[in-house]
Amino acid sequence: MLKDAPKQIVYGAAIESAIDSIQKLLAGNYAVSKKAIAILLLQGDTEIADKVKAREGDHFERITEIISQAQSGYGQELSYVMAMSRQQHARDILAKTVVSQPKIGKGFAERLSRITMHPVTGIPILIAVLYVGLYWFVGVFGAGTLVGLLEENLFQDWLNPLLLDAFEWLIPVDWLRNLFVGEFGIFTMGLTYAFAIILPIVGTFFIVFSIIEDSGYLPRLAMLLDRIFKKIGLSGRAVIPMVLGLGCDTMATIVTRTQETKRERIITTLLLALAIPCSAQLGVILGILSTNGMALLIWIITMLFVLLLIGYLASKVIPGKKTNFYMEIPPLRLPRLSNVLAKTYARLQWYLKEVVPFFVLASFVLWLGDLTGVFDYVIKGLEPIVRGIGLPNETSEVFLIGFFRRDFGAAGLYTMVEDGLIAGVPLVVAAVTLTLFVPCIAQFLVMIKERGKKVALAITAFVFPFAFFVGFLLNTILNALGIKL
Amino acid sequence: MQLEENTEELLETLWIRQKEKKSLPSVEELADNKPILDKLLDEGYVSVADNKVSLTKKGLPEAKSVIRRHRLAERLLYDVLGTSDMLLHDKACKFEHLLDRGLDESICILLGHPKVCPHGKAIPAGNCCKQQKTQAQKVVYPLSQLSSGQHGKVAYIHAPETGQLQKLMSMGVLPGEPIKLVQSFPSYVFEVRHSQFAADDDIAQAIYVRLPGQEELVGKEETSTSETNASPKKRGLWNTLLRRD
Repeated sequence: MLKDAPKQIVYGAAIESAIDSIQKLLAGNYAVSKKAIAILLLQGDTEIADKVKAREGDHFERITEIISQAQSGYGQELSYVMAMSRQQHARDILAKTVVSQPKIGKGFAERLSRITMHPVTGIPILIAVLYVGLYWFVGVFGAGTLVGLLEENLFQDWLNPLLLDAFEWLIPVDWLRNLFVGEFGIFTMGLTYAFAIILPIVGTFFIVFSIIEDSGYLPRLAMLLDRIFKKIGLSGRAVIPMVLGLGCDTMATIVTRTQETKRERIITTLLLALAIPCSAQLGVILGILSTNGMALLIWIITMLFVLLLIGYLASKVIPGKKTNFYMEIPPLRLPRLSNVLAKTYARLQWYLKEVVPFFVLASFVLWLGDLTGVFDYVIKGLEPIVRGIGLPNETSEVFLIGFFRRDFGAAGLYTMVEDGLIAGVPLVVAAVTLTLFVPCIAQFLVMIKERGKKVALAITAFVFPFAFFVGFLLNTILNALGIKL
Repeated sequence: MQLEENTEELLETLWIRQKEKKSLPSVEELADNKPILDKLLDEGYVSVADNKVSLTKKGLPEAKSVIRRHRLAERLLYDVLGTSDMLLHDKACKFEHLLDRGLDESICILLGHPKVCPHGKAIPAGNCCKQQKTQAQKVVYPLSQLSSGQHGKVAYIHAPETGQLQKLMSMGVLPGEPIKLVQSFPSYVFEVRHSQFAADDDIAQAIYVRLPGQEELVGKEETSTSETNASPKKRGLWNTLLRRD
């Protein structure tokens, strides 16, 4: 305990007397002390001012007078003056208690930190992080190895045949049994996709994201990309929803709340819906395209081009003012395994809670659509469009399923590749179109909740034809150039 | 011409009414200063129409210069000499009359072409601001003009929006804090005490940094090599100013 330090911060005399008088005027009940309320009022806190205005009635006018009287004695804003007093108080305490040794050289962490922020070394590091984290760990290990183990070995070879037998015995009626173990069955499609394809991909992504987050790399990424993001009407801060979007666009759309302006929130929501593939999609697409380096490169370049072009155009069209970028850069730290696992677990729990019921529901709707023949019409209706961009008819089913979940669609494409139905240029075109294509239903619902019906519908109405337009353009260009993949 | 102190005061008042408050004073309002007003009328600095007093083409630049000198003086007193808020206005009123034409330019360059006075009112730009002159040995630079590795103390923050100011404050970027620029591309990275921050151009331009060496400057003539490019006249001014308190 400090003996000689004053326990309370002493502001200037005029401010102190204003705090006293305001405190005396406050009659309502507040969760915090009246002194705290008085201090917040003097600092110009609008939220507190609204509350006090509602609770104090006539006294509020008198309080406003006291505040402006206190303000008149100072050249700077009161919040500034008061912050300075607190700073001084903190300095006094520090001076009495802390002895700091001059730093001898730069530590390893600091040197590494400089390297990650320097444009010449930072960009290759950024690419390396994305390559190792996303491509290698999520794409190859998660979507390749793990999905292979779970889907083929566990579900297809063992679990699903077992269920098929059980249901054949349980439900002798074909059409009803199909609800559980048919082509769009809850078990054979919904839950298989959820646990055998999506879970390992999203799980590996969340591990990577937690490691990146805990290491303190995200703010460094933000500062590296701020200049580029300014061009598309965003600031470096948008890095967080964007990177998170590579995990789950639905979650990222919720996170856009942390952005400062409405304009930024709309642009980010649009780009998330259009050009940022979620990890399930990303994992499947990386899995499909990884065997063909050129195809993958074309897909990446097209996505980046669309992201920057649409972002740039959106920043010109959507009104609102620029936002500033500022962010604390914490020191780089080695992530703790226990923290990474705890965070991954919490995120997976959230994801499964949000996702599994939806997979079941989507299976049900698809089964119903299949049973009633409604989907045949929709699929037939989509076929000319799909053919128009050079894809086989089967892809129209993938697009339809893709509306229920983007990852559903991507996973459907995966099956088509396995069955040898699609390859080469049409595969790249399908991958691009599917990535750009409408957000999944969960993301669409969150968009309505966060941005309102008008914006959400406008975004969807833009994304849908635009995705096919880009697919058409890409197909035409690739064919005109005679590119064989 | 050399105007008297009370004449300059009146020009200042007229400028604020005409240019900032946008309501011309009536002759009655200025009754207290009748003799000075008459003199200004005689010399063609002001004119009266519809009982309202306004500055003439001849009077406007004169008044603008007074305002500029007054606010620059405030900036100087506040940032460099640490004069308290309460005394600022009165001292600045006395001070502005010492700043002859040319000297205000030196002060302006010295302070890094500040845009507002400590009360947040605009300082009219002088020729030096338009040309962004930096030849004189400046003491206060915006962070954006520092080179990587340079350090100093935060002199003041000029944030066009209150929100920005508060954000910087909440990050602990406050006058008097030591600050060091780590890098300036693709974003500015700076260190305040033990924390590092990243910021864009706008924020880096809002933080004004006083470079070290000014404290040692007091009373020393030929010590620092970095100030040898400052003309003797300006250094003389510095010593005069810094010795005053």
